[in-house]
Amino acid sequence: MTVPNPSPSGPWPMIQRLGVSGLLVRFGDQFCEAANRAALAFRAAVEAAPQPGIIETAPSLVSVFLRLDPLTADLEVLEAELCDLLARADWYAAPLPPGRRLIRIPTAYGADMAPDLVETAEAAGLSEAEAVAQLSATRLRVLSLGFGPGQPYLGELPEHWNLPRRTELTPHVPAGALVLAIRQCVLFSRPSPTGWRHVGQTAFLNFRPESAEPFALKPGDELQFPTADPDHVAHMIADPDCVDGGAEIEALP
Amino acid sequence: MTAPALIVHQVGPGVTVQDLGRPGHLAYGLSQGGALDRLALYEGAALLGQSPDCAALEMIGMGGEFEATQPLRIALTGAPMQASLDGSPLIWNASHQLPAGSRVRIGGVTSGSVGYLHLGGGIETPPLLGARATQLNAGLGALLTPGVRLPVGPDKGGPIGLGLDVADRVSGGVLRILPSVQTALFDAETRERLEQSQFTRDPRSNRMALRLIPDGQGFALDGGLSVVSEVIVPGDIQITGDGVPVILMAECQTMGGYPRIATVLPADLPRAAQLPVGATLRLQFITPEEGVAALKAEQTALADLPRKVRPLIRDPRDIPDLLSYHLSDGAITGREEETDR
Repeated sequence: MTVPNPSPSGPWPMIQRLGVSGLLVRFGDQFCEAANRAALAFRAAVEAAPQPGIIETAPSLVSVFLRLDPLTADLEVLEAELCDLLARADWYAAPLPPGRRLIRIPTAYGADMAPDLVETAEAAGLSEAEAVAQLSATRLRVLSLGFGPGQPYLGELPEHWNLPRRTELTPHVPAGALVLAIRQCVLFSRPSPTGWRHVGQTAFLNFRPESAEPFALKPGDELQFPTADPDHVAHMIADPDCVDGGAEIEALP
Repeated sequence: MTAPALIVHQVGPGVTVQDLGRPGHLAYGLSQGGALDRLALYEGAALLGQSPDCAALEMIGMGGEFEATQPLRIALTGAPMQASLDGSPLIWNASHQLPAGSRVRIGGVTSGSVGYLHLGGGIETPPLLGARATQLNAGLGALLTPGVRLPVGPDKGGPIGLGLDVADRVSGGVLRILPSVQTALFDAETRERLEQSQFTRDPRSNRMALRLIPDGQGFALDGGLSVVSEVIVPGDIQITGDGVPVILMAECQTMGGYPRIATVLPADLPRAAQLPVGATLRLQFITPEEGVAALKAEQTALADLPRKVRPLIRDPRDIPDLLSYHLSDGAITGREEETDR
C-alpha cells in the first residue's frame, strides 16, 4: 500500500493525529513560555467541556495530548470542534492556572550530594558559590509533569544555564535529585539514570502513591530550592515519614 | 479460616503481579502500565469465567514454583511454558484445579516471551491508585521473591478443565502501524524501508521498551533533529539516536523527545510483547479507517472470548463429572462447532 504522508506544516497551533486513538494539539515545536501557558489553558478548557469520545487529556511542555475512543467519537467532528475552540481565544496570552503555590524545598548543594555541581557551574561561567546563590534564589515554574510519576519539568533558568545534557549517562541519581540541562531543571521522582546534571539534592517526594494526594505538584506551581545543611537533608531522606523534605508552601495570588 | 493464598517457593527474575493497569494518570506522568500482553488477561478471565480486571502473575521468560494453601482454580495463558502440577504436565491455554498443598511448577517459555498464571478470584494484593499492577519504575509493587504469600480473592467458582484455541501471536509476524507526529519528517524512502525491513528483538528490551534490530541500516533523521518533549504512549515507535526503532511498551515513560516514526495498532501490541529471541517482526502501515475497523474487530473478539472456551475433553462420555459443570454460565454453549468453523 502507499505510505501515508500526513502534513506537519502549517500555522500554529496545529492538530495532528497519533495512530488510531490519539490527537495532539501543538502550540509550537520548541519550548517557549507562551506556548506552555497556551497548552495548560487549552487543556483546562477541553477538560471543562467534556466531549464524548475523549478518554483522557494530558498537557506536555507545549502541546496537549487527547486519548480518544474512535468507536464513540467521530475524529473529524472532534477535530473540527477543537479547531473552533482554538479559534475562540488567544491561548498564547492565557493566564497561568488558578490555585498556584510557591513551594520552597530545602536543598543540599554539598559536593557529595550534588556531584555535577562544580563542573556545571564552570560550564555556566560561574564560581561554585555564584552557582549555588543563583540556583537557590531562582523561582522555577512547573511547566509540565511527566516522564516519571509527578515529576516536574521546571523552568526557565537564564540563558547562561543553557547547557547540553552530558554525553555520558549517570547510571543512578536518587529520588529527590535536582538535575539541570537546557535552562530547565527536573526534580526526580524515582531513582533514575540520566544525562542531566545532578546539581542539588532534596528529600522532597513528588509521588506519594499511598497518600490521598499521590502527586505533590501541579503545573503552574513555583518551586524554589534554598540552601540547606546536607546533613539535615540526609537525615530527612533517611526518615520514611518525611515525604515533603521540609518544604514550606504558600499560596500564590 | 485463613484467606486462600498462593505461596511463592521459587520464582524467575521477571515475575510480577499485573492487571489492566491504571489509566487516567497520564497528565501526572504516570503511564497506564499493566500486563504486557493484555489479551492474555482476557483469555485467563474467559477460562475462569471472571472479570479481566482480576490480577494475575506475569512471567517473563520463566515462571517459578507456587503452592496453593487451599483448593484454587488456575488458568495459564500467553507464551506457552513448561508447566506441571505435582509432577504431571499441565496444558497451556487452559484452566486447572490446584488441590490444597499442591505445587505448580512453571519453567521456561517454549515459544514467545511472556506467560500468565491466573487465579480463580484473582490475586488480591492491596490496590494502589486503583490497580494492583506492578510498575517498577514508578515504585509501585515489586518483583516477586521466594517466601511471598499472594492473597487470592474469593472465587465464585466455575468449571475447570476448559481450553481456549488461540491464534498464534508468539512467533513474530506483522505489526500494523499508523502514522504518528513525526512520521512525515522521515522521507518516503525511509518509511518504505521501514516496511521492508525485518526486525529481531534486542536482548536489552524490557517492560518499558522493545528495541528492534533491523536487518539493514537504521532510520536516523538527517541533521539530528531536536524534538520538544511530548506525551508518548505504548505502541509509539521512537527512533533513538543510533537509528534503532524502539516500540514503547506497557511501562513506558509518559514523555519523550525522540522522533516517532509510527505507532503500533494497540491490538498488535501483544504480538510485539511476545516476540521471541530469533523470530522476526515486520511493520506495515495501515490507514486510520483500517485502524478503526481493526479496533472494532478486537473489541468484538474480546467480547466473544467467554463463548470460545471449550472442554479440554470433547466427548461428554469421557467426562465423569459432567453434571458438576456449570452449563448455564456460558462456558459451554452448544455453539462450539459453530465458532470452531
